[in-house]
Amino acid sequence: MTHTVTYLGFIPLLPLAGALVLGLMYLSTCRGKQISERIYGVLGCAGPVLSFFMAVKVFFALMSLPAQERFLTHKAFTWFAVGDLNVSMGFLADPLSSLMLLFVTFVGSLIHIYSIGYMAGDKNYGKFFAYLNLFLGSMLILVLGDGPVVMFVGWEGVGLCSYLLISFWSEDSENVVAGNKAFIVNRIGDLGFVLGMAFLFWGIGADGFDYLSLKANAHHLTAPIGLTVCLLLFVGATGKSAQIPLYVWLPDAMAGPTPVSALIHAATMVTAGVYMVARFSFIYAQVPAAGEVVAWIGILTALLAAIFAMFQSDIKKILAYSTVSQLGYMFAGVGVAAYSAGIFHVFTHAFFKALLFLGAGSVILALHHQQNIWKMGGLQSKLPITYWTMLIGGLALAGCPPFAGFISKDEILYSALATGHVGIWAIGVLVAGMTAYYTFRMIFVVFHGSPRDQEAYDHAHESPKVMTIPLLILAAGSLFAGSANIPAIFGGHQRVSHWLAPSLVEHHPHGGLGLEILAIGASILAFVIGISIAYRKFTVKVDEPDYQGLYNFCYHKFYVDELYHWVIVAPYQFAGKAISRVLEPYVTDAPVQASGWLYRMCGLAFKVVQVGYVRIYAVYMVIGLSILSLLVSRSLNF
Amino acid sequence: MITHYMSLSVILFCLGILGVVSRRNVFIVFMSIELMLNAANLGFVAMSRLHVNMDGHVLALMVMAVAAAEAALALAVIILLHKHKGNLDTNIFSLLKG
Repeated sequence: MTHTVTYLGFIPLLPLAGALVLGLMYLSTCRGKQISERIYGVLGCAGPVLSFFMAVKVFFALMSLPAQERFLTHKAFTWFAVGDLNVSMGFLADPLSSLMLLFVTFVGSLIHIYSIGYMAGDKNYGKFFAYLNLFLGSMLILVLGDGPVVMFVGWEGVGLCSYLLISFWSEDSENVVAGNKAFIVNRIGDLGFVLGMAFLFWGIGADGFDYLSLKANAHHLTAPIGLTVCLLLFVGATGKSAQIPLYVWLPDAMAGPTPVSALIHAATMVTAGVYMVARFSFIYAQVPAAGEVVAWIGILTALLAAIFAMFQSDIKKILAYSTVSQLGYMFAGVGVAAYSAGIFHVFTHAFFKALLFLGAGSVILALHHQQNIWKMGGLQSKLPITYWTMLIGGLALAGCPPFAGFISKDEILYSALATGHVGIWAIGVLVAGMTAYYTFRMIFVVFHGSPRDQEAYDHAHESPKVMTIPLLILAAGSLFAGSANIPAIFGGHQRVSHWLAPSLVEHHPHGGLGLEILAIGASILAFVIGISIAYRKFTVKVDEPDYQGLYNFCYHKFYVDELYHWVIVAPYQFAGKAISRVLEPYVTDAPVQASGWLYRMCGLAFKVVQVGYVRIYAVYMVIGLSILSLLVSRSLNF
Repeated sequence: MITHYMSLSVILFCLGILGVVSRRNVFIVFMSIELMLNAANLGFVAMSRLHVNMDGHVLALMVMAVAAAEAALALAVIILLHKHKGNLDTNIFSLLKG
């Protein structure tokens, strides 16, 4: 049972229209008079904020319906129809996408508002907001699309926008390289997504290629095709959501302006992979083997990224690896078929990760674009609002009860334990401890102790209100977002899980009270151990470590980037060079060059007749005419 | 009788050719071209008389008109050439040399 509502299409359309208007305004003022930043700021924020209000409207519209009828659709137009494949530009709002919509537009709007302050004075101010709007619009298409094909439009859109925004400060070639890396790595994942879609169509696509039809026909899917589809789609997810082996682009994505990092990490882009797996839960639920792969890759990514995060010196890199790690948790969650737990972690993570990034941006701006935590210290008194909000974000990330991150992460770990994945649970608990350690390593080094760089410290100042107010709102979100899904053991009703139930195919495991207490106890213990080690080590005055031995190995992320370079990039470059230096000049170019040489020789032979003297040309004419008249008279038999 | 006219016409024509290919002054070349045109005219007129047909006369008048137009154009070109180089030697104008 579905209901049709036309305003659904406007949700992605508003930011996209904003991007168009801002882009045209920016282009028209490229060479001439500048439009004031205020106008750009207001126009840039208008689309996302309006979309947020429409998302709220959608949410309440769904709420007013009975649980099993919560599907709002809108088919804007038929995009293409080829044989069995009939694809509409259609939108679907069900409990899952409406939840995504809510926090994507909410966090996205706050980041837009924050950017007004953060990007002030940038000479490409208008372009920045145009890209930001486009980014959000693409994400909304991804979330709202009613089938894999429409989702893919948004999927590609966020890939493109991440590239544009990561290399936004394109004067610096490093930023451009980081943007390229993000784009290329994402393309590898996209190939998996496309192939997965093709297999899905081959399997069950003939009777309609949108989620609702696919879900209805999912039981026709044979096991081998189902497994192939799941694994290929997951390849796409590893690219977009930065999982092993394609996680390498996300830490480099730090090259972009900080609001972009916040947007990529919190609201748009990286959550897409988790959303996609949850969206296809009706297939994943049939293929437990694929779920195992997803869960193990997720938890191993979480572990690896947590190890990296413990040794980084760049504040944004620490946060970037923490995102990779948290995404690992989400995949572990959806992998053990706890889709609502995974999506709930996406939801809470959006708040505290956006908060941490925006807070980090505030610190970076206060210190005039200093990102090395070993050049900071003692900033607590200088940036009080930033400190307190980041502390809340840090507690949420580290999994301190009762903050948002604790509740959602615990849900995942409990689900892993209850479904019998003890190994995943154990690694998850370990990673929880590491998370607490690296989060508070960052906070202690940056905000506590005494300043390491006295001059920068003296010039530091709190950010303007337009930046701190979003921080405060997000801090409130980080505090209270968890309350949406309090587990029964604490007297809650798991409202998010119940809300999502109509969209997902999952069975809530019943592990019993003992397991639940075990999971919660282990999480809290890990948190306490992690934070106390960090407290012991970093509240006293410590200086930048010398990068040696194991520390250096971890600081350079196990040299994975270098490994990829030598194993994948270098052979390609070698092959390219071989082709350009051997194959092209000697095999393909040779005949072409030879034909040119032939014509040049002919020209040289004939050029002697072109003497340039009019008299000689007259002689040629006489000779020619004589021969002609001779021939004519011969043929006429005179 | 016609052979005399035709011989004169051929001789005049060959003189014209000779002038065009051997002389280097643009004026002389131009005059040689005029000579060739008139040689052809003589042939037309003679043949026209022989065959009692007015076509030859018409063509002769036509050639004269063309020659007059060509003279107007060619003289203008010659003046420009002189302005350009200050000399009317045809060998100077050899930009088309390969």
